[in-house]
Amino acid sequence: MEPSVSLVPVPFDPAGAMAQFAATRHQSGGVVSFLGQVRGGEDVEALDLQHYAPLTLPGMRDLAGQALARWPLEGLLMWHRVGTMVPGEPIVLVAAAARHRRDAFQAVDFVMDHLKSDSWFWKREKRGGAWHWIEPRAQDHADHARWNA
Amino acid sequence: MAARLVFLGRLADVSGPLAVPAGPLAALALPKGVLGPRVRLALNGVLVAAEGLVLADGDELAFLPPVSGG
Repeated sequence: MEPSVSLVPVPFDPAGAMAQFAATRHQSGGVVSFLGQVRGGEDVEALDLQHYAPLTLPGMRDLAGQALARWPLEGLLMWHRVGTMVPGEPIVLVAAAARHRRDAFQAVDFVMDHLKSDSWFWKREKRGGAWHWIEPRAQDHADHARWNA
Repeated sequence: MAARLVFLGRLADVSGPLAVPAGPLAALALPKGVLGPRVRLALNGVLVAAEGLVLADGDELAFLPPVSGG
């Protein structure tokens, strides 16, 4: 089973992606998904996600491989935006299909923790007409550590 | 011939891509603040340490500050 791992430079439709993902997996007892969106409020006008081509997508593919090695999945999707987005737009969609729901939940949780803390993206927010680089949160490091306890 | 330095994230505000002569990294006058304990380096897409690093013609060295993705 080939995971669907992509960097997406334009807006994507998460509902369409999920419908397509689930449609080919009638055997799977559970399909779990996570959608990350650009947060509104706090005067955020836009979000910009930078990546580094030699590292970012290969790193995501490696992460997909780790999830597939760790849980018996029947499908895995990891789509991540790059470029500029506005509040309410999807940033990242992760979905996993498995025979049993526990494997699907854990795989999506694992992938998201690693995408947040360990993947090659740099984020900046536009507030008051100016761009501000975002520093990683301490919570992201804690989330990453819990998979290696 | 030269090597190429690229700067990601907030380091891109410090400098755009630079062409530098091949040779030891330590011999280069780098823009201020691009090296540090929280900056990782990737040589041609492979993570490397700064210590003893020597750049060859055609190499690309990326300066990677702490990530903030997802």
